[in-house]
Amino acid sequence: MSFAAAPALVRLPVWRARFVLVVFLGAFAVLVARSVYLQAMKTEFLQEKGEARYSRVLEVPATRGRVLDRNGEALAVSTPVKSIWMIPADVEASAETKRRLARLLGLDARELAKKLAETDHDFVYLKRQVSPDTAQKVDALGIPGVYQQPEYRRYYPGGEVAAHLIGFTGVDDAGQEGIELAYQSSLGGKPGSRRVIKDRLGRIVEDVESIRAAQDGKDLTLSIDSKIQSLAYGALSDAVASHRAKAGAIVALDVRTGEVLALANVPSYNPNNRSRLTGAQLRNRALTDSFEPGSTLKPFTIALALELGRISPTTLLQTGAGKLAIGGYTIHDAHKEDALTVAQVIEVSSNVGAAKIALELPREQMWEMFSRVGFGAPPALGFPGESAGKLRPWKTWRPIEQATMAYGHGIAVSLMQLAHAYTVFARDGELVPLTLLRADAPAHGVRVISAQTAREVRKMLELAVQPSGTGPRARIMGWRVAGKTGTAHKQENGGYAADKYVSSFVGFAPASAPRIVIAVMIDEPDVRRDYYGGLVAAPVFAQVMKGALRMLDVPHDAPLEPLEMPGEGDEAKEGT
Amino acid sequence: MAKLNLLLLLVLVVCALGLVTSQHKARTLFSELEHEEQRARQLDVEFGQLQLEASTWGLLSRVDKIAREKLGMHVPDPRRVVLVTRPAGATK
Repeated sequence: MSFAAAPALVRLPVWRARFVLVVFLGAFAVLVARSVYLQAMKTEFLQEKGEARYSRVLEVPATRGRVLDRNGEALAVSTPVKSIWMIPADVEASAETKRRLARLLGLDARELAKKLAETDHDFVYLKRQVSPDTAQKVDALGIPGVYQQPEYRRYYPGGEVAAHLIGFTGVDDAGQEGIELAYQSSLGGKPGSRRVIKDRLGRIVEDVESIRAAQDGKDLTLSIDSKIQSLAYGALSDAVASHRAKAGAIVALDVRTGEVLALANVPSYNPNNRSRLTGAQLRNRALTDSFEPGSTLKPFTIALALELGRISPTTLLQTGAGKLAIGGYTIHDAHKEDALTVAQVIEVSSNVGAAKIALELPREQMWEMFSRVGFGAPPALGFPGESAGKLRPWKTWRPIEQATMAYGHGIAVSLMQLAHAYTVFARDGELVPLTLLRADAPAHGVRVISAQTAREVRKMLELAVQPSGTGPRARIMGWRVAGKTGTAHKQENGGYAADKYVSSFVGFAPASAPRIVIAVMIDEPDVRRDYYGGLVAAPVFAQVMKGALRMLDVPHDAPLEPLEMPGEGDEAKEGT
Repeated sequence: MAKLNLLLLLVLVVCALGLVTSQHKARTLFSELEHEEQRARQLDVEFGQLQLEASTWGLLSRVDKIAREKLGMHVPDPRRVVLVTRPAGATK
């Protein structure tokens, strides 16, 4: 094109240039307005959206604390596991893969097919809480629609041995029973969260802030000695089985520190597998059940009488051929003596003797004695459901009730309370506070009776396990033992059942400087065999005490000579 | 004046590069820290599992059974045990 061909310049109207200018200005103004709107007014929202592209809030898991015994042996440990779940409609797998999956998870092929058929469900557990190894193998199969979810599972290596004490946790890892429940707040961890920046490949490149620090649960060291615990459980369950008893419980206490060394109940359960659990198995009889203890309570009445100076160990009591009538009731002894000394009342466990002593004592002071050794109030171990027992106010006591309470009827205590009360005799008159947690220093007790009274009762309790007493089977070679048998009729429908007994034994050793108190209770032993505390409960006591003293390296205080046991049926029988 | 400006520009560039490297270093170090923390958690889990295993193998009832049945051991007669007292001052 040449200039010659160009048309002559035409002068355009001015308004056209102005129009273009205004349009441009207008467009510019719109842009400015938009940027002000975005920068000033919507900035927060936009920044949030931007951050969401790279910033993530991560959950920081917290583990539950371990429960350890006094020597650091694990009693309960949480460990991560995986739960395998699926969306049945999304699962695509060949028959071969399905078979391998079933084999890995230990499922029946038909069972798996049934689960896969639930296509109307969006979430079906294939198997809960499988080990991380298995989970990895399942992952390697690469089946679409099958997913994994991390969880924690609590394991109890001791199984049924300490089940009642430790309790267990539910699926959500929160304590439901026992120590697990009592110390939930310190055992349970608090999951935390933190904000991080992730790069394109999902790697964390920067920690922006910690929103909440994860707090792992604290480990808990119990006072339990798992060796003594296991010995106690073994001896108790053998005794319950051989006497075809309904149940049994045992408690072992450290006299110096007030620590609970062992606490076992039968029947028990396996806390790792609780699919078939009954109420009877779950009951912690030693702590949450109270029973009429029977003769094991006699030493307290006698201690009070000694303390008040009413009697001395050699005072002679008229026991009227083992019969005593009070207001229409008659108290019987199993043996028919006309006169017994106070020491013999304990030795042969005379109900009449104990009742006669009790009737000479003021009701109020007897109530006070029981109350000061811990009856009628829970032992304050911090365990859920501790029983307070039953100790009625002294103003309501009738003479016959005061007499029966002297030998442990009309009053109810838990086995723990009973063992606790005996620390008074084992510690020269002091009641030691109990604890379920390891204490490294000796505890300070509260004085209940004088040291002299405690020593006198101790001597009587030592007599009670001699061949002439009611509990010779509680003796062990090499250590002096002191203790008291108990055989009580069980209460039933407001009266006493004729053929149902609770056999018990409470004692301590070595008698020269007591270290351990053990209380054993066997509920409803088969009456066609034996039911006396000295025959049913005392051997359990001896077996556990022997092992415990050896494990704690307690020096001998008796000559190492074989013990003479009375012949079958020769033991002094106690009144029931 | 122009020289000073040039110098300042140079300093600025060096600072900017320094910032970038240190940021990068911080991120790699953090990544490493992350890794080690994860390992610590894993080791803790493993410790728990081993503790569990030790407790299971060391159950008194199991040890007792093996000692008695397999190894033919028994608790010594107390008369054949000599107790020695620990000399004063010695610790466990």
